[in-house]
Amino acid sequence: MVPRFWRKIKYRYDVVGSYCEKCGSYYYPKRELCPRCRRKGRLRDEKFPDEGTILSYTVVNGRIIAMIELNNGARTLAEVCAEKAEIGMRVRKAFRRYGEDGDAGIIYYGTKFVPIC
Amino acid sequence: MRVAVIGVGCTEFGELWEKSFRSIFLEAGIEALMDCGIEGKEIGAIYVGNMSGGKFIDQEHIAALIADHAGLAEFGIPAVRVENADASGGSAFRQAFMAVASGMHDIVIAAGVEKVTDSVDPMGVLSTSVDQEWERFVGANLPALYAIIARRHMHEFGTTEEDLARVAVKNHKNAVHNPKAQFRREIRVEDVLSSEVVADPLRVLDCAPLSDGASAVILANEEIARKLCDTPVFVEACTQASDYLALQCRKDLLTMKAVVKASKEAYRIAKLEPKQIDVAEVHDSFTIAEILAYEDLGFAKKGEGAKLIREGETEIGGKIPVNPSGGLKACGHAVGATGIRQIVELVLQLRGEAGKRQVDAEKALALNVGGTGATAVVTILSR
Repeated sequence: MVPRFWRKIKYRYDVVGSYCEKCGSYYYPKRELCPRCRRKGRLRDEKFPDEGTILSYTVVNGRIIAMIELNNGARTLAEVCAEKAEIGMRVRKAFRRYGEDGDAGIIYYGTKFVPIC
Repeated sequence: MRVAVIGVGCTEFGELWEKSFRSIFLEAGIEALMDCGIEGKEIGAIYVGNMSGGKFIDQEHIAALIADHAGLAEFGIPAVRVENADASGGSAFRQAFMAVASGMHDIVIAAGVEKVTDSVDPMGVLSTSVDQEWERFVGANLPALYAIIARRHMHEFGTTEEDLARVAVKNHKNAVHNPKAQFRREIRVEDVLSSEVVADPLRVLDCAPLSDGASAVILANEEIARKLCDTPVFVEACTQASDYLALQCRKDLLTMKAVVKASKEAYRIAKLEPKQIDVAEVHDSFTIAEILAYEDLGFAKKGEGAKLIREGETEIGGKIPVNPSGGLKACGHAVGATGIRQIVELVLQLRGEAGKRQVDAEKALALNVGGTGATAVVTILSR
């Protein structure tokens, strides 16, 4: 069975995004082309900060899903492992299991966030 | 070349379990042909908005199927399906508009059709409009993403759950007078606030329903339109814009940039300002989406959308009536059919054929949005 999500996206496991050396923008997920500088852009991979702040969130199917602004301004959508969330809450990334293709299927891992106490 | 809508047709929207995909698009198409008194073989091309025939009913190659069952394959009339999530209908309309405006065809049909309720996981299919790798993967479906937008709007601008509920209440009230609407009954703010939570803070009654339905409009160039039709409705502008697919890539969670861009361009082409629009059909797939539409279309300043609904300005009789049909919320949201259904409503409004939900209008605007706003289509019509 072919996995529905490409497990070899390494950027899913460590928060690695793109930084444009020309305009100083950060992109997550990683991009091949800087939308601002187009062909003149100089993108390189960069490990993004582990910590960020919750901009907004929802609770759906019993899980907290939040829009998180990392310390460098890039944003990522991720599950937050906590009893409850609030806007402005500080969080740190954690490597976690997201799901699987049935009982015997492939397990999907990715980045979640936990509150910074 | 000036383009006019000369015929409109629409099925009832709702859980049409007794009707098939094939029967509903024929019903809408025949109504549109009858409306302008043409046979069908005069048509130069067919554009069909359909989000996911493949996933909903296991049928692709929709456009050819429609040409076939409409008896138009006999004449070899070219047909194409247009897909842009729930903006498929609006985008199909734009393709049809461009085909006539360019002079390529004299008469074309733009249709939209979706059979949603036969599917075992309709919300899953609808959520294919969001980024599967970075949004669906982490557990966010379409309501979840709108919920994230809603909570941030509440946080920054003081919009309340009651304000969101008022959008649903207004749209249900309008739908009472729409014979094609899925929910022809009023609801109260308390009903919305006590309905089940789907994605906190959005509740069931903040969300457009799952609907089957089809709609069709016939477009023609001005010369033909005036010959065939006593009440042509002219397309003053039809624009489309894109934005980043994933919410996390957008600078501002609370502005649908594609809506701002498409509407600004449409106002410029039509030489109109937002305050000159008399009636609008907007994409209220979730109540928060209608509030954002008020702001991004220029009916209210950013952050002041909720004020419009609080003060009743978007009700029929208000300064700018929005969704007199009942909108996606109460008329129903048959995905690919919605963008065309909006045009049908506005044509009826401009002709003065909207019955008890009639608004006195000369200029009308439709906004059809795909997913969380990565596609927006804006159409301005005038009588």
